[in-house]
Amino acid sequence: MFYREAGVFKTTYSDDMALLPIPLDKFFVLSVIAFMVLVVPFIASEYWLESILIPVLILSLAAIGLNILTGYAGQLSLGTGAFMAAGAYLGYKFVTAFPDINIVVGVLVGGLASAMIGAVFGAPSLRIKGFYLAVTTLAAQFFLIWLFTKQPWFVNYSISGVPTAPPREIFGFLVTGAESNETARYLFVLSFVIVFALIARNLTRGRIGRSWMAIRDMDIAAELIGIKPLQTKLSAFAISSFYCGMAGALWAFCYINIVEPSAFDINRSFQILFMIIIGGLGSILGSFLGAAFIFTLPIFLNNAATGLGLEVSTALIRHVEFMIFGAMIIFFLIVEPHGLARMWSIAKEKLRMWPFPY
Amino acid sequence: MFIRKLTLAAAGAVIGIAGVAATAQADQPIPSLVYRTGAFAPSGIPLANGFADYFNMINLRDGGVNGVKLAVEECDTGYSNDRGVECYDRTKSTGGGATVYNPWSTGITYALIEKATADKIPILSMGYGRTSAANGKVFPYVFNFPATYWSQATSVIQYIADQEGGLDALNGKRFAYIYLDHPYGKEPIPTLDVLAEKFGFTYDKYPVPPASMTEQKSIWLQVRRTRPDYAIMWGWGAMNGTAVREAAAIRFPMDKFIGNWWSGGNDAVVPAGDGSIGYKSASFHGVGTDFGAYEDIKALYEAGGGASADMSEHNNPLWARGVANAAYVVEAIRTAQAEYGDRAITGEEMRWGLENLDLTDARIAEMGLTGYITPVKITCENHEGQNPAILVQQWKGDQWEIISDWVPAMTEVVQPLIAQESEQYARENNITPRECS
Repeated sequence: MFYREAGVFKTTYSDDMALLPIPLDKFFVLSVIAFMVLVVPFIASEYWLESILIPVLILSLAAIGLNILTGYAGQLSLGTGAFMAAGAYLGYKFVTAFPDINIVVGVLVGGLASAMIGAVFGAPSLRIKGFYLAVTTLAAQFFLIWLFTKQPWFVNYSISGVPTAPPREIFGFLVTGAESNETARYLFVLSFVIVFALIARNLTRGRIGRSWMAIRDMDIAAELIGIKPLQTKLSAFAISSFYCGMAGALWAFCYINIVEPSAFDINRSFQILFMIIIGGLGSILGSFLGAAFIFTLPIFLNNAATGLGLEVSTALIRHVEFMIFGAMIIFFLIVEPHGLARMWSIAKEKLRMWPFPY
Repeated sequence: MFIRKLTLAAAGAVIGIAGVAATAQADQPIPSLVYRTGAFAPSGIPLANGFADYFNMINLRDGGVNGVKLAVEECDTGYSNDRGVECYDRTKSTGGGATVYNPWSTGITYALIEKATADKIPILSMGYGRTSAANGKVFPYVFNFPATYWSQATSVIQYIADQEGGLDALNGKRFAYIYLDHPYGKEPIPTLDVLAEKFGFTYDKYPVPPASMTEQKSIWLQVRRTRPDYAIMWGWGAMNGTAVREAAAIRFPMDKFIGNWWSGGNDAVVPAGDGSIGYKSASFHGVGTDFGAYEDIKALYEAGGGASADMSEHNNPLWARGVANAAYVVEAIRTAQAEYGDRAITGEEMRWGLENLDLTDARIAEMGLTGYITPVKITCENHEGQNPAILVQQWKGDQWEIISDWVPAMTEVVQPLIAQESEQYARENNITPRECS
């Protein structure tokens, strides 16, 4: 019924290799994007845009980054927070040093700087694997945060050590800093996410993505068929850090409006790791689902408890929130260990057969 | 099945958000960003309770401020910055617009300064947050009276000088500065550097990483080896209790160990037992229950409206700080009402109220808070108040006792630093400092 493949004839190679070969699927994804771009800015309240959608989109971008490294290339990383911090601090440095250059360039430079740092910290992955590699990325986490807080150069010698995101414009609209309109900021973040999610999706089904997956599945076999581990692993680290760096810069410029170390601490790294585990390893869609789940569920639970008019203390609500959140994570991991993205694809399979399953 | 559950959960959440917005009344909405959960809850709970108790006492005793009830709405941040921002966004339009924010966290204050300024809601970061916000020309919406971290650092040095027999006696002295390695703990370092150069003392820095606040053995072994004349601490949460316990373990003379005002709660001294007797900390308000308005708070507890589960919490300086903060807020609301009429005032009007706050000794006596809070006069340029000063309190084993007079801050040292930092801020953010006539 839905997602019907019957009657869809592919007559060219490009049709066959299209990102979304099933017309209904394509239509659905395009309408979701159109909805996010054209409708959401008009119907969403300030609270929704500022406190839910912007952070979820930014965290999705970071989750895509980690998913490239961990989900596709199979290299476990606990340094996501640090790579985000690198993007935020170096992006800030660039934006304040060259105030006339477009903010888009600033975010990209933040990402590029983070990519270089990521490649350096990825070098040990050529020799060590698994949990041991996680420990070296943990070193990145602590070293980078230490560096950015210790060296006043990174914050332009601000005495407080917590500089404010400088206000910057695109087409005459402020898109960073607190003065900017939340809709403008949302669209700015959204356009980054759409463009780079598309790029990531294409990367992962192309040559680079296939070599990542080969390395992930069995690195010796991959080497035997001619995939070079050096380029493959370092490119995974660099591209992953590029995404995380952009996410960090956007987080600092468009969400909390300050560049501060505690937003990128070890807990952020774990949070994003949980996002891709819950969302689905090796799936771009999973990055979005995981980010939305991990970030918004606690807030929804908290809001729901307050909104139902229950006369309970703030602390109790928060504790119940922790308990339900934890229980739901366990529930999802038991019901579907491959994450929410897998659940979605199962649903799609079912819809394909509906109403005549076999 | 699963889809239905998800839909139900989503529906519940949507109702939830709508429900919060629907509690609009003509009351004065006071959002309260608290942290009753998480690693910092031992400090956050007494603060939140004191804050709520004073407002509820005003509601019970006077029926609100000139008939306008105060509606305290708590939102738990867990001391995390992004949840703090979420709480801000959630509560800022409740009941016709939030009056004033008291984030109780330097990190959240930093994250909210620009947002609140854009939304025209004032922030009262009482004794924390961005020190340079004392410059009202650059930060019209941020207030940090009655004293800032930098003022506090100078006052602590002044107090040590008083103990040693004058500022000249500081020459050649060696101090240990133990601090949380966080913007909060690093905030007074520039001031201490200036003071060290000016008075000829030296100090060793001992950062405590937030991730391992309870691992301080190596720090205190170093302290024992270097034998500093005084130890000064800028700690928070679990760090305080650990530091005092470790100091007691190396038999550091407790009366030479001075914490800042966030290291002066019961959580700092109780873990070390008798070892902590004699430990000192700064404060900017009184402590204990020996003040006139406490009778009314007791009446609130008798009526069953108190926030503390155990009234012995009222001996905690952090509970007193919550009360003091609420008292300042109520007086600022009164000031604003005198200008705009006895109704629920807006954030913008509250800003005026805070900026024109002139709390005199006579008024404090009327409030029944003599000796408990200090007189404050705020002006357009100066959001720290005219006479930043601290009290020094000492732990006696079962309660804190104020042992000093008001120790004034060295404003001549702090003011240039505030001017320098706020100018840098204004330049980076294209702010033209407003004129104060």
